[in-house]
Amino acid sequence: MSELIRLESLYKSYGKKPALFNVNLSLESGKIVGLLGPNGSGKTTLIKILNGLLTASSGTVLFEGEPIGVNSKSKIAYLPDNIYLNTWMTVRQIVSFFADFYADFRTELAYEMLYKLDISPDQKLKTLSKGNKEKVCLILTMSINAKLYVLDEPIAGVDPAARDYVISTIINNYNPDASVLISTHLIADIEQVLDEVIFIKNGSIVLHKSVDEVREENGVSVDEHFREVFKW
Amino acid sequence: MHWEIDKNKPIAAQICEKVSTLIALGEYRAGEKIASVRETALAAGVNPNTVQRSFEELERQGIIYSVRGSGWFVANQTDIAKEVLDSRIIEKTAEYLEDMKALGLGFAAIKKIIEEWEE
Repeated sequence: MSELIRLESLYKSYGKKPALFNVNLSLESGKIVGLLGPNGSGKTTLIKILNGLLTASSGTVLFEGEPIGVNSKSKIAYLPDNIYLNTWMTVRQIVSFFADFYADFRTELAYEMLYKLDISPDQKLKTLSKGNKEKVCLILTMSINAKLYVLDEPIAGVDPAARDYVISTIINNYNPDASVLISTHLIADIEQVLDEVIFIKNGSIVLHKSVDEVREENGVSVDEHFREVFKW
Repeated sequence: MHWEIDKNKPIAAQICEKVSTLIALGEYRAGEKIASVRETALAAGVNPNTVQRSFEELERQGIIYSVRGSGWFVANQTDIAKEVLDSRIIEKTAEYLEDMKALGLGFAAIKKIIEEWEE
């Protein structure tokens, strides 16, 4: 297991408003990590910095020991929290668009997952329901051959049955060289697949532990512990 | 196989317990191959690393063993799994008796309840 991500004294502010405050973090490969925090706590800011979509105000961001750049961008697969695909395209067109864009995109895997979810490749994206659009986005992201998968709210819009599918997709694609970082506030649905959790509050990391440690030390589920930490 | 995971308790320990119980009850026989880490993770809806840790713990206890490249197998002797099950049965029984005592029942009363429960 090697270190994938290292963040050192990371600060980010939007104008005068601080969004991240002295964040230090190390993530290893082969882990499924939950990034948990209430709305506006800095989850998406942190994720966008990892993806190189935002730059930090100060501090260090390293991916496999190097600053975020061309190398990291080809190895980090990012699922944003909104749908960004052209909705006039068919699912098939989007798959080949991704295959064109990412050097070792796993096209077969993408079709296999689409088939399992009963999504026809010839449907236009705009004719799909919101939940199905989200599933297509997740399938595309998970089919990228990446070292780090960053999923921003992957289960917010899908029904509970499909959540189980999303979770099994994540388990199925699990590979010991890669890590998955999942940001969510639907902790109860996802906590059993996590290795580690990160609690983020007002732009600072307040807890970073293995989930079984959290359960052992507190005798409650991660969801329950989250409610205690973020009580107001 | 049906998995019921309690999120309030460490998951690795629950998987150890479940697999060990299945072996003790003879659902898995001595020397038999058990479900892989990934299959177990998918069936239980839990993290493969957690299952891996549980299997390693069971191996340390001598209940299962791994063969590189082909998976996990039940040990040739299943008495350790049976011992684990026995101690769990005793533990659970003691817990129950404590609870009943706390509710003011004597041993005879508890026995009566259990007998009446039968049908």
